[in-house]
Amino acid sequence: MKKIIVAEQKPISEIASLIYDYEKILLVGCAGCVAVCLSGGEKEVEILAAALRLLRQQQNKPLEILTFVATRACAPEYLVDLDPLTKNLAVIVSLTCGVGAQYLADRYPEKWVIPAQDTKFAGGSGEHGIWEERCGLCGDCILHYTGGICPIIRCAKSMLNGPCGGAQNGKCEINTEMDCAWQLIYNRMKLLNKLDKLAEFQPAKDWSLARHGGPRKVIRKDVLIK
Amino acid sequence: MVTAEINPPKHACPENIKRQAEFIACYVDALNITDCSTAVVRLSSIAAGFHILSCGVEPIIQMTCRDRNRIAMQSDLLGAYSLGIRNILCLSGDHQKFGNHPTAKNVYDLDSIQFIYYLNRLQTEKVFFSGEPIKEKEKVPHFFIGAVINPFADPREFQVIRLEKKIRAGAKFIQTQCIFDLEGFADFMEQAEWRGLLQKTYILAGVAPLKNYRVAQYMQNNVPGIVVPDKVINQLQRAAYPAQEGIAICVEQIKRIREMKGIQGIHIMAMGWVEAIPEIVSRAGLYPRQK
Ligand code: SF4
Ligand code: SF4
Repeated sequence: MKKIIVAEQKPISEIASLIYDYEKILLVGCAGCVAVCLSGGEKEVEILAAALRLLRQQQNKPLEILTFVATRACAPEYLVDLDPLTKNLAVIVSLTCGVGAQYLADRYPEKWVIPAQDTKFAGGSGEHGIWEERCGLCGDCILHYTGGICPIIRCAKSMLNGPCGGAQNGKCEINTEMDCAWQLIYNRMKLLNKLDKLAEFQPAKDWSLARHGGPRKVIRKDVLIK
Repeated sequence: MVTAEINPPKHACPENIKRQAEFIACYVDALNITDCSTAVVRLSSIAAGFHILSCGVEPIIQMTCRDRNRIAMQSDLLGAYSLGIRNILCLSGDHQKFGNHPTAKNVYDLDSIQFIYYLNRLQTEKVFFSGEPIKEKEKVPHFFIGAVINPFADPREFQVIRLEKKIRAGAKFIQTQCIFDLEGFADFMEQAEWRGLLQKTYILAGVAPLKNYRVAQYMQNNVPGIVVPDKVINQLQRAAYPAQEGIAICVEQIKRIREMKGIQGIHIMAMGWVEAIPEIVSRAGLYPRQK
């Protein structure tokens, strides 16, 4: 299983309408997560570019597209090679994740950055063509309490003290295709002979460590330069 | 103890809910008021509780974790108490996907067991959920705290652990999800007894009269966590007078449930069929109620 930020391209009609007024764009992908999840790597960048060109030809409104794939769009040093391509154009269309799109906007403050990708979740893929959410990035991991299954994001109600009472046939009340996280947790803890742990009270979560405390930053003094 | 459940209206006029309350007042000991159940916007359970209190009926208000963070919860709890509401049922709440605002953001800051725990602690130790002491100690609320349990939800074996956790967190009474599978429920009660839980709380068994087989099918398929056995659906489908059959099934269930050990009361979820309540209560031998 590859763990990544999973993103999915917006419908081409939506992308086309976002760039309708422009005659030249720069389409930027990334060789990191979005390449792994087959939505914004080299191949997808070229396919989208070809599709947009064709669409605009049909509309009699030709579009010039330059393409570029960053090694990692979330690290500005990899965007240096992009500088020459950005001359003489007003718009950058991003097939990177939301993080990459923002680094593009940071680096080129005078350009209009358009996201062509919906960035969805932190997850992975156990089966070709299927990606699943696995971590809610809560900032205070409790997987040791729940048998290695995340109740924060895999339970639709983020229940911390057990199932909600809506699960049937082991599936979540809101989606019969989705396993109830607490069924999985129960199975695992039973296997590990640790059901008594689930009988313990799990206190309220400190959400200030998650996004609710405002934007977060990690500072590692040991690796700071200077 | 007999309680019944009613849904507040999807508008701002309290007359209907007051009429319903007056209509069944002498058949129940308290009325349980839902908090935007199945995530459909309705008049608030606190306001509805206040209205039925004015009709002389004891309200039990529901409060879910779906729509409020811990700040809003406490604020609403203080407000409800100030209006004379004394009983509260703490739930996690149906997901907004089921309601009329499926694109809403949910909250789930606390889960239902945490909610019960911190509310009980607020009342006994006189501290806010954060632990901050409440200065005017004689003015803290004293709710009778209730919780729900669904013996039929998955993972089944976890449900009795949930019951124990809720009791330990501070639930003084427990209301069950609608029971149709009596054997399954007896099994659950046996496990509860084995764990020594029956003396520690009041258990109200939930029942629901089914008007016809379509209602039964709807509940089986669309209401989270409710299991209506095929046997019951077939029985209603074959009946010449389904509504009468539905009432008869419900009365029979109440009688059999009351024979079980540890049952302190019956909770009737009428699901819009409030007119059935007087007949059910009378035929089950639970009328008149002592006030
Ligand atoms: S507990 Fe928090 S950090 Fe751990 S997997 Fe879940 S969301 Fe991620
Ligand atoms: S059914 Fe399971 S996963 Fe879904 S909300 Fe309830 S406890 Fe969470």
